Amino acid sequence: MDAATKSEASGLHSALRYKFIALVGNEYVRAATAADAVARAQPKLVIEPGTERELAEILRLSNEAGLAVIPRGGGTKLGWGNSPARADLILSTVRMTEIIEHAWADLTVTVEAGCTIQRLQETLGQHGQRLALDPLWPEKATVGGVLSTNDSGALRLRFGALRDLIIGVTIALPDGTLASSGGKVVKNVAGYDLPKLVTGAFGTLGVITRAVFRLHPLPLNSHFFSISTVNAEETQKLVLAVQDSKLAHAFLQSHFSDEKPPASDILFEGTEAGLAAQETQLRVLAAPASVCAASNSSWTARQELWAFSDPASAAIAKISILPTNMARTMKLVAHSAKAQQLRWKALWYATGLGWLRLEGKPGALCAALQALRGELQGQDGSLVAFHRPSKMPAFDAWGTASDALPLMKAVKQQLDPKNTLNAGRFVGGV
Amino acid sequence: MEVRILDEFRTIVGGRGLISSPEELHTYECDGLTNFRVMPRAVLLPNSTQQVQAVVRLCHRERIPFVARGSGTGLSGGALPVENGIVISLARMNGILEVDFPNARVVVEPGVINLDVTGRVAPHEYFYAPDPSSQSICSIGGNVAENSGGAHCLKYGFTTTHVLGLEVVLPDGSLVHLGGKTLDTPGYDLAGVFVGSEGTLGVATKIILRIVKRPECIQTLLAAFPSTNEAGAAVSDIIAAGMLPAAIEMMDDLAIQAAEAAVHANYPNCGGLLLVELDGPVAEVEALMTHVNEICRSNGASEIRKAQSDAERALVWKGRKAAFAAMGRISPNYIVQDGVIPRTALPQVMSEIARLSQETGLRVANVFHAGDGNLHPLVLYDRRIAGQEETAELLSSNILELCIAAGGSITGEHGVGEDKKKMMSKMFAEPDLVTMQRVRCAFDPLQLSNPTKIFPTPRLCGEKPGEYVPRPLESAGIAERY
Repeated sequence: MDAATKSEASGLHSALRYKFIALVGNEYVRAATAADAVARAQPKLVIEPGTERELAEILRLSNEAGLAVIPRGGGTKLGWGNSPARADLILSTVRMTEIIEHAWADLTVTVEAGCTIQRLQETLGQHGQRLALDPLWPEKATVGGVLSTNDSGALRLRFGALRDLIIGVTIALPDGTLASSGGKVVKNVAGYDLPKLVTGAFGTLGVITRAVFRLHPLPLNSHFFSISTVNAEETQKLVLAVQDSKLAHAFLQSHFSDEKPPASDILFEGTEAGLAAQETQLRVLAAPASVCAASNSSWTARQELWAFSDPASAAIAKISILPTNMARTMKLVAHSAKAQQLRWKALWYATGLGWLRLEGKPGALCAALQALRGELQGQDGSLVAFHRPSKMPAFDAWGTASDALPLMKAVKQQLDPKNTLNAGRFVGGV
Repeated sequence: MEVRILDEFRTIVGGRGLISSPEELHTYECDGLTNFRVMPRAVLLPNSTQQVQAVVRLCHRERIPFVARGSGTGLSGGALPVENGIVISLARMNGILEVDFPNARVVVEPGVINLDVTGRVAPHEYFYAPDPSSQSICSIGGNVAENSGGAHCLKYGFTTTHVLGLEVVLPDGSLVHLGGKTLDTPGYDLAGVFVGSEGTLGVATKIILRIVKRPECIQTLLAAFPSTNEAGAAVSDIIAAGMLPAAIEMMDDLAIQAAEAAVHANYPNCGGLLLVELDGPVAEVEALMTHVNEICRSNGASEIRKAQSDAERALVWKGRKAAFAAMGRISPNYIVQDGVIPRTALPQVMSEIARLSQETGLRVANVFHAGDGNLHPLVLYDRRIAGQEETAELLSSNILELCIAAGGSITGEHGVGEDKKKMMSKMFAEPDLVTMQRVRCAFDPLQLSNPTKIFPTPRLCGEKPGEYVPRPLESAGIAERY
């Protein structure tokens, strides 16, 4: 951080800064450094409140003063979305890590937003339970961040996404309101379902301070299998056949790339008797393709996409299509990549959600993503770019918004009228 | 209602799509909760999205409040008309528009009957999972409004789990698409907010549903316990053993008697009956069923039976699903309650209910979705006896207070509607309710869509300076400015 920014941070808002310090203590208000930059925007301050009341009060003061606030959990996905239009303050949940109540006999947990997924899972595991979700980087990613980015993995096929697992939420609004909705019970239709509203809202409506989740038992046993296929059409056939079968798989994901033939991983969970029977059925269904036992590495397949060699020449996009469009989409990807001289790798879930990595020159990456987005949007699909090289030509992370954009803006206007939270990062400039 | 407005409505929906004669309007003055009645000014039966839009635009222009209505089976007064308002019945929009098996998607109009979706996809061995007890008559549009559940949502989730996208006419008549056929459409999850909003955010005119492949096998076990306490302990053990049954239902002796009298389901006579349904691959279900059997025995089940055929299974479920209506066999009048508790609070809440029952001298029959803690206590009374109806109502609302005190909810699947508005302030703090109403203001700034429901104190939305228009609720003196 250069001297000028530092003096701005301490000078421009010194009265306010004093209020922040009075609220949370000197050690939890600090000048932001280059490491705190968010998609090239440099905030001035980082504040780490210890409680949701403190967090709400800091948010209220910032909102009053017209400061732009960026909420932060583990910071693993902070670069997702468009660059912030303004950035003054990072509001970190790093100290809000309490697992408030694991009501294991009721299969629910109430947890503060800053708790990491891994720590949460370890605690739940002590009673043989889990949050049935496999998000990216669980050792660092927090409950609040995973919720805000709606990050889901392979288990979504069986257990649903965060929208299906969250049953209650508390959010801090820019005016300092702390509002709860949902509750602590799985079945509940009292009031609007605001847990769903803030899930995937990229922190643009309020800051999630705590969440309540429904839980699932850890499986008695689990078996992974891998099935290689000769091309994307065969993979598609296999996936649709498994989906149309009576198998009770927990997940089904397929790997594609420019170097190897496709392969699919399938996970079964349950009793030994049930697993043995399903394995037999799977072998019949997949023939003539062979079914081999696979390793636990299937769990980290999505994370491996992010292990690119050079961030300046890689792009990662989340693509959503109808499951029957998988082979067609893979052809499109291969075609665009070839035309633009790009390397590519993809992981596709049977739900129709997929993750694509492209590697090459920034201009070519942009052209390929643009072409793909155009095609996919024409087929009810979408492409959201979550990693773009800094030198890539302007490319909106989200793409064309639907006819509901005015309504989304109206919701934003109601909850964050001064555009304090994550300004300009979300869909359609929200 | 002014003749010129009725004429305009008639121009939109045609003569057969408009009901305005008092004798015909009576049909629409209440829903399944019959103790609240309001006569609508007119009932409109549009047959297309365009007609719904035109009707709503006219309402918007003339500031006429409207209430959308499906089959009218709701139990919280959600489809109760509002004073000086109209009802928009979606009954004529009942087409199944698309069935896409490879993607497991179905697109329907709101008036389609819940069970007809399953009927349509059953030949390919798919089903539509949400199964409220009224599924043979309730509509998908109504299910969307109420986020309907059913016995099988323990495993399969609620209506909201199965709605991927919606075409919605907003209260100003504009058309929006929320969600879609593919997952995670970029933007806020407004489909998630709309489902369960009880008709207060607009009118759904098309719904994209997810369907589910029928499992390889379904087994249903009936276990008879001395009381609901032992049955409840068995449920806890089943959950603790890491099982997620498709359904776990519990009935107490009164509920069993009533169901027996009504449909002869051949239930064992006992103090607490448990109905456990497991589904999945045959080998898996058999292994788990053996375990469930052991758990029931060790918790004191005197009799355990497995439904041996599809016909037996259907009969078992018929008894359960008819339980509310069956109360008519053992009591002249009854109130159906819908509350939720954390499942572990069951013994304590049950004994409190028994205490309330003793104190008031009124019988309470209990039917639960035991797996998820959703209670349906049925308070039995006789309206002809002076004061008994009031006592029953008080008892019923006291049961909800027990649910709140136990950390639960005032409704698991029937909705807040008109019936439970006052209880909302007991379950939520003021800032919670204000925040929900701010979301409502984004959808419906003039508060025309089912305006008097859900919230205890309707509040008016902030206004841009200089364009003041008096709102219907404000003119009527029943809302404060916000």
